[in-house]
Amino acid sequence: MRALASDLPIRFEGVSFSVRGTAILKNISFSLLKGGPAIILGPNGSGKTTVLKLAMGLLEPTSGSIVWAGHAGGIFDRRAFVFQRPVMLRRTAGANIAYALRAAGKPATEARVTHLLDTVGLAGVRTHPARKLSGGEQQRLALAKAMARDPEILFLDEPTASLDPAATKAVEDSICRFSVCGTKIVMATHDLAQARRLAAYVLLLVNGRLVEHGPPCEFFDHPQTEEAKRFLAGELVI
Amino acid sequence: MSEQRLSMFPRLLTRALIALFLFAGTSARAEDKSIVVASTTSTQDSGLFGTILPLFEEKTGIKVRVIAQGTGQALDTGRRCDADVVFVHGKSQEEKFVGDGFGVKRLPVMYNDFVLVGPKSDPAGVKGAKDILAAFSSIDEKGAPFVSRGDKSGTHAAELALWKAADLNPAAAKASWYREIGQGMGAALNMASATNAYTLSDRGTWISFKNKGDLDIVVEGDNRLANQYGVILVNPEKCPSVKKDLGQAFIDWLISADGQNAIRSYKIEGQQLFFPNA
Amino acid sequence: MNDANAFDLILSGDATLFAIVALSLEVTLLATFFAAVAGLPFGAFVALTRFPGRGAIIVLLNGMMGLPPVVVGLLIYLFLSRSGPLGQFGLLYTPQAMIIAQAVLITPIIAALSRQVIEDLWEEYREELTAMGVKPFGRIATLLVDARYSLVTVLLAGFGRAAAEVGTVMIVGGNIEGYTRVMTTAIALETSKGNLALAVGLGLVLISIIMAVNAAAWGLRHWSESRAG
Repeated sequence: MRALASDLPIRFEGVSFSVRGTAILKNISFSLLKGGPAIILGPNGSGKTTVLKLAMGLLEPTSGSIVWAGHAGGIFDRRAFVFQRPVMLRRTAGANIAYALRAAGKPATEARVTHLLDTVGLAGVRTHPARKLSGGEQQRLALAKAMARDPEILFLDEPTASLDPAATKAVEDSICRFSVCGTKIVMATHDLAQARRLAAYVLLLVNGRLVEHGPPCEFFDHPQTEEAKRFLAGELVI
Repeated sequence: MSEQRLSMFPRLLTRALIALFLFAGTSARAEDKSIVVASTTSTQDSGLFGTILPLFEEKTGIKVRVIAQGTGQALDTGRRCDADVVFVHGKSQEEKFVGDGFGVKRLPVMYNDFVLVGPKSDPAGVKGAKDILAAFSSIDEKGAPFVSRGDKSGTHAAELALWKAADLNPAAAKASWYREIGQGMGAALNMASATNAYTLSDRGTWISFKNKGDLDIVVEGDNRLANQYGVILVNPEKCPSVKKDLGQAFIDWLISADGQNAIRSYKIEGQQLFFPNA
Repeated sequence: MNDANAFDLILSGDATLFAIVALSLEVTLLATFFAAVAGLPFGAFVALTRFPGRGAIIVLLNGMMGLPPVVVGLLIYLFLSRSGPLGQFGLLYTPQAMIIAQAVLITPIIAALSRQVIEDLWEEYREELTAMGVKPFGRIATLLVDARYSLVTVLLAGFGRAAAEVGTVMIVGGNIEGYTRVMTTAIALETSKGNLALAVGLGLVLISIIMAVNAAAWGLRHWSESRAG
């Protein structure tokens, strides 16, 4: 049963983020609305992970403000996060899902666990120790753990960065399904092709600044800024 | 393993284990028929208690729990009310104990004697001497290694009395040949055996000691080597927790014909160790 | 137990020896359990919480791993003595006193080592558990469960320390025959009676028992790992 309160839209206003004097993000403003996947693009080190964590509420901005549907973040009930290097608990895959369900305050029934494993195609490894799964399987398990929370918004930090094409496709398929079923996807990637495949909205970060953002047709076909053009041409790769 | 099982764990298991804790070691604890007797290492190490206590238990059903400490420490245990009866060998210390009101009455139980043991090489040249004070003087003069218990025990007190009677004081002089170890008779004998030194021991512990090495008795039989044991009930007025009836029963048995016979019959290698004289 | 050697005693099933072994295991296992109950959550708490004076607490805990057993024994003796603050319970010279003393001795070891283990694991799990909205108590429980193999080693360290020490249990237990005599105090006694061969034999028995407990823990881990990882 979904709670009635929503976290969307998320509005960043003049958000900057620094760590020990080093500026990671500089004066970022944008909104994430209900709808299809929002993809955050950019070269390595551009601050994509930081934007995701700020939007999730794991970090607090050094200056500026972030509001979730007009309120100030706090409880993560409606949000879930898939980290770049997923952390598996030292137990079976099924137990990991059960844990995620309980942490989200949902009953960890056999049926739910099975269902979640099915959505990412991992029903067969339910009793395997999670840490012994392959990279791709762990990534998919992390996805299932996140979906156990029945989130309104799912944040993913370069989920396919270390996967082979087959595994990448499997993960992307799952993401598409979730998106179609109503979950807002916010994903960071440096993979242009992936962005083209999945995006309903694109944001380009370069060196901590939001350089350009817009719907894919505008961004990919008619980039406005120099950096965007160079990135699309494959030049801004650090 | 999951957090749910982890949280159920404490309730059941802790209850079971706390019950086990309370009954650890034996059946019921404080309320059973038992007394705590603070005694000396010589009565324990010689094996006397191992033999005579079962006889007392069989007769009365009272379990005797013996803590073997030196005389001084045993009397301290009595002063702290941690024992019901003290059974030690140090007349002046015992009389002070009663005089200060910690004990009810001192009763003699048995005696044995001390012997001076030393290495077969006998560097102080005292073997076969009949005068213990002369022997001590020789040891002091020749600077032969000597191990002292140094622990306020009955044996230690007797040893100090002998030095004093011979007008010597190696402890105060911190003589290098005089080694104070602050431990029981067994430890002293072990060290004497390992370092070929002299030491004063009660006969009972000596006979039953298994690591004699090169040591043997060098002086015995002097009247000054007599060693009297006394038993005292800890004063219930100072220590309300004392089990005075059970404690008194033990004392009564020790000085009774039964107890005295039991002491008389304890022998090691055919030798009687303790001589009842209640 | 006087003239026999340890091997004969084991083979003949000598009741005294077995009673001493049983009491040793009972005392040390219970002490380890209570020390775990006190030490693990405390170690986890210090690992996860920031509070003023935290650094001092960690230094204190680490330092207390080196508590001299004889000093612990003496302090507990003074507490439990009839003339001490807890005298009315009459706990001195009982197995319960030995369990308490050993538990006090090894709780710092368990707390200090588990703090380190859990702090290291928390570094790995912090973001994930925070993102999942796990509450502080849940975090402690999760870390304790997930660090279980390392924590078993921590418990074994505590167990080994308790099983091997003689000073504490001698002072608070009194080495009473048939009541508070454990392996270590029995070895000390036989040594003082000059029965050195028997003392060495008993020592080997004690080492074997400690090894057996460690082997059992290893087997348990192996079995558990194959099931759940």
